[in-house]
Amino acid sequence: MALDDKHGVQTRDFKIVGTRPVRPDGLEKVTGKARFGADMALPGMLIGMILRSPHAHAHIRSIDASKALALPGVKAVVTATDFQDPGDGLRDILENCMAGEKALYDGHAVAAVAAINRSVAKRALALIDVDYEALPHVTDVDAAMRPGAPALHEDAADESVPDGWSKNVVRRYEFGHGDVDAGFAAADEVVERSFRTEAAHQGYIEPHACVASFGGDGQADLWCCTQGQYMVRATCAGIMGIEVAQLRVTASEIGGGFGGKTTVFIEPVALALSRKAGKPVKIVMSREEVFRATGPTSSSSIDVKVGMTKDGRITAGSAELRYQGGAWPGSPVEFGAMSSFAAYDLENVKTVGWDVVTNRPKQAAYRAPGAPMAAFAVESCVDELCKTLGLDPLDVRLKNASRDGSKASYGPTFDKIGLTATLATAKTHPHLSAPLGPNQGRGVACGFWFNFGGDTCVSMNIGSDGTVSVIEGNPDIGGSRAAMSQMAAEELGIPFEKVRTVIADTSSLGYNEVTDGSRVTFAVGLATIKAARDAIEKMCARAAALWGIPAEAVVWEDGCAKPAGPNAGEHEPMTLAEIAAVASETGGPIAGHYEVNADGAGVSFATHVCDVEVDPETGATKVLRYTVFQDAGKAVHPAYVEGQFQGGAVQGIGWALNEEYIYGEDGRLQNPGFLDYRIPVASDLPMIDAVIVEVPNPGHPYGVRGVGETSIVPPLAAVANAVSAACGVRMTELPMSPPKLLKAMSQKTA
Amino acid sequence: MSQIHVSTTVNGDAVEFLCEPDETLLDALRDRLGLTGTKEGCGTGDCGACSVTVDGRLVCSCLVLGAEANGASVDTIEGLGQGDALHPLQRKFLEHAALQCGVCTPGFLVAAKSLLDRNPDPTETEVRYWLAGNLCRCTGYDKIVRAVIDAAADMRSQAAQS
Ligand code: FES
Ligand code: FES
Repeated sequence: MALDDKHGVQTRDFKIVGTRPVRPDGLEKVTGKARFGADMALPGMLIGMILRSPHAHAHIRSIDASKALALPGVKAVVTATDFQDPGDGLRDILENCMAGEKALYDGHAVAAVAAINRSVAKRALALIDVDYEALPHVTDVDAAMRPGAPALHEDAADESVPDGWSKNVVRRYEFGHGDVDAGFAAADEVVERSFRTEAAHQGYIEPHACVASFGGDGQADLWCCTQGQYMVRATCAGIMGIEVAQLRVTASEIGGGFGGKTTVFIEPVALALSRKAGKPVKIVMSREEVFRATGPTSSSSIDVKVGMTKDGRITAGSAELRYQGGAWPGSPVEFGAMSSFAAYDLENVKTVGWDVVTNRPKQAAYRAPGAPMAAFAVESCVDELCKTLGLDPLDVRLKNASRDGSKASYGPTFDKIGLTATLATAKTHPHLSAPLGPNQGRGVACGFWFNFGGDTCVSMNIGSDGTVSVIEGNPDIGGSRAAMSQMAAEELGIPFEKVRTVIADTSSLGYNEVTDGSRVTFAVGLATIKAARDAIEKMCARAAALWGIPAEAVVWEDGCAKPAGPNAGEHEPMTLAEIAAVASETGGPIAGHYEVNADGAGVSFATHVCDVEVDPETGATKVLRYTVFQDAGKAVHPAYVEGQFQGGAVQGIGWALNEEYIYGEDGRLQNPGFLDYRIPVASDLPMIDAVIVEVPNPGHPYGVRGVGETSIVPPLAAVANAVSAACGVRMTELPMSPPKLLKAMSQKTA
Repeated sequence: MSQIHVSTTVNGDAVEFLCEPDETLLDALRDRLGLTGTKEGCGTGDCGACSVTVDGRLVCSCLVLGAEANGASVDTIEGLGQGDALHPLQRKFLEHAALQCGVCTPGFLVAAKSLLDRNPDPTETEVRYWLAGNLCRCTGYDKIVRAVIDAAADMRSQAAQS
């Protein structure tokens, strides 16, 4: 459906949008009452546990569960043979949840058991005999591409892949325009470098958890922590071979996701165990399972070339990106290739992306999937050119920045965008002129994310006492109930406290896409505003009927229906509450609805500035100061917008400095815990200054753009540019852990 | 395996439960007593989501056995406010938007209360180091640190008035 506000966002004085009310689910979350995934229990519930492969790559010759089944208290064991082939679209997901003929990575599920309690389940796992035939493995992206590398699949590649590569190379993507060779020839200075980044995990603090109940009548219920209950329903119904209406999925409160909860890992297993045992089954992952068997993002290997004139004009940019996405196709390299140069208005640009499979867990989305590593590589090269040519990094970016009407390197033409606004704001910020001391450096980088809208459905019920329920279908991962209540209250003209937003299960509301793509405040917000307008239209009609005038002669202002126009006559305005109170006499309950496949999400840009100090003795990096400048379109709840900026920046800092999946020679993950996979803690960090820039998005009635993902795109590069400046060596590999920095600094002096 | 009988005090109430000899205090609180406000993020003492106090000492309840609670006094997130009245830390967390997903929040609140019990006027650095055992993946800690400092100021001015 075309959005009627596509052109010309209303500039209006907001009363509630832009304020910072206490979130409606806040009290439950500060008192321990909120129920997250693992907090659910059902009567007669069994505990499910999963047996995982200790091999990076192995044939599963046989599985013997007879001893486990003989243990008192064990009610069911399932393996791949308990599932039917769900067909092409879901086969990879099922195989990731339960290995078929081969175990494809360390931690791959091979069997599961349901028992009366955890200790029995644990003992039963140890009694399952799996006969493995170990196979050669590969976990490194460049090694996996070489002809002759151990192959995971025989025919996973599609026709985009030219001959001459190993079978692990499964997709090739290409984007760009112009003539890059001519562009490089016109440059005064060309930089060409190779970069590597390691896999980082989303690191949500809540491990995956679910409770499944599969009835003998074929109806099933599932409670789980997920970014999208409808996605869970579609995936699990497909895998279990039941109709979607027979499966009701309720999303619990969610303890972080960042993209990692946009697929399923344990839910089909719990359903299969419940079907077999005839009782509800609960599965909660341990942290070790989360690291070994859910989806971190890709590791990458990237070559970038950028040409620049002496006065700072970029003449051409090219990039070749290789991402491994674990054991199945689907790494986000396409997004990496699309977004690499999105911040620049270039005449000549070309990017090529390679999707590669390795013996690692299947990657899952991680906040702006694929973009941070690409931005790291490109923004490092731009930084180096600025240094070589003696140019200011913000001026060079302003000179080359994508603007309204620029043709994006991935094809489309940008509508109204805020990149130059973030750069101009950064330029005048005191951070840029603050002095630096010895061993300190400052880095600047820009980042881009597409943003997304998608299928969305909202209902709004007007209560007889004048209160309003908003019913939406996206889990509240960071304050979205507050944002929806604000937009509903704004549009209806009633106080924030009069609105309560609830999140529906899959049977209570139409389909909603996953909470991803920074879509919720944009798309669900849009649908909420439109549902409010639908309700308003109905309320105006009710008032018109009471007044005996045509519906067109009634307008809605400040929460009241008012007569308007020459023939409307004199009538006392009716408030929402007054109309609601007599709804039964004027036609029955009043509700607003809106369904849409929302486009017009409006891309988002940010500029980050980072100061660090590198200890020359230890190689340890301390982030001293960090400022985020990002376009939010219109910040509905500025505190939660700032929170998205800050949280994304800190995840990026962790990725840049510390976080990595470390695989041993045996292909096993060596650091599956928070002690050895170290995410930033409070004492590692300064305050993160968040500056909200507002360039309204023409695709949303209030100008809103998604803000959740862009914030993780610039930090890898901003930190790397700062570290490179501080230690005088260009750092091209992440994470920039102390040993790597010490080595780089000692090579410089040697 | 026979179970162990434990008599303890949780949030001021005398309670009893049976637990396995190797069962953690975290599991006993959550599964035996229904106090699911205390969260498990790792089970290995690395995230602080399971923070409670035992006889006033801040611990990771995933590293304490349920049996060790016998005769002790345990305080959890469920006991932080009094009735309907929120603790100033809870109020300031809400005002400062110091939670996004909220799964780390109970652990942070229990840990922060333990800090303010000992040090009513902590510096930013003291707050950051005291809370370094609590992981938050959503917020980047900025608003959490501000909320704790603001709550401390609030509590000091309340104490000065009374
Ligand atoms: S669950 Fe106890 S420290 Fe993480
Ligand atoms: S608010 Fe989500 S982990 Fe802290």
